[in-house]
Amino acid sequence: MSGSQIAFLIISALTVYSALMVVTGRNLVRSALWLVMTLFMVAAVFTTLDAGFMAVVQIVVYIGAIAILILFAVMLTRKVMNDTEPQTNDNWWMAVIVSVVIFVGMVFMVSGVSLPARPASDVSNQIVDLGNAFVSPNQFILPFEVASVLLIAALIGGIAIAMPREEEG
Amino acid sequence: MIPLEWYLILSSVLFCVGLYGVLARRNAIAIMMCLELMMTSITINLVAFWRYGNVANLSGQVFAVIVFAVAAAEATVGLALAISIYRNRDTVVANDLNLLKW
Repeated sequence: MSGSQIAFLIISALTVYSALMVVTGRNLVRSALWLVMTLFMVAAVFTTLDAGFMAVVQIVVYIGAIAILILFAVMLTRKVMNDTEPQTNDNWWMAVIVSVVIFVGMVFMVSGVSLPARPASDVSNQIVDLGNAFVSPNQFILPFEVASVLLIAALIGGIAIAMPREEEG
Repeated sequence: MIPLEWYLILSSVLFCVGLYGVLARRNAIAIMMCLELMMTSITINLVAFWRYGNVANLSGQVFAVIVFAVAAAEATVGLALAISIYRNRDTVVANDLNLLKW
């Protein structure tokens, strides 16, 4: 077993452990911090795939924006649930069954297909290519612009939904 | 050299953990967190297939960036909804949000 495989196993064990802590934790703030840990570990997984740009975007967008947003929402709605009462609904065992069945099905599918055995050797220059691909008219400029419109719409929608009504003061 | 299967299995483990959370948690904000877990697991798949496929074809990474944008949009609107519901009904417990339940 090579060093990169051992590193990958350690990273994925940490990822899965912190994901489980997110899902099972009673304290929501701690869950959110474990979520940050999970996202960090996924960024580490991206570096094992030689996707440095994706790792940086993962840290900046997910940890820097989304996780902080979730932490703010947790703190703004703090007094709703005690940490002592159960955090799962009555049908949690059905959720376990559904997740396990879907996982077994996905592993079965992965083991059934023939996948490329080794990664491509040359990944240099990919960030320049990615940047060009995003703005070149015959590649991905349309999805890129649609994503910007989507983000603007979500921004305005978020403000409009969360804004207090006039009569409430 | 890491086999591609390992990435796929890691991503399906993360996806199923997130799925369990979405189905079982009571707090709406915890459900949002688990949705983020599921979204990230998908981007692992996309980037892994890009790396093990044709590297010159950047569709995998572009798709992953679009997934980031969608996740950010989803988190914004979802949390705005959670805060708005909290302001109007004093709860974020998914079981109590039965306004549309008949």
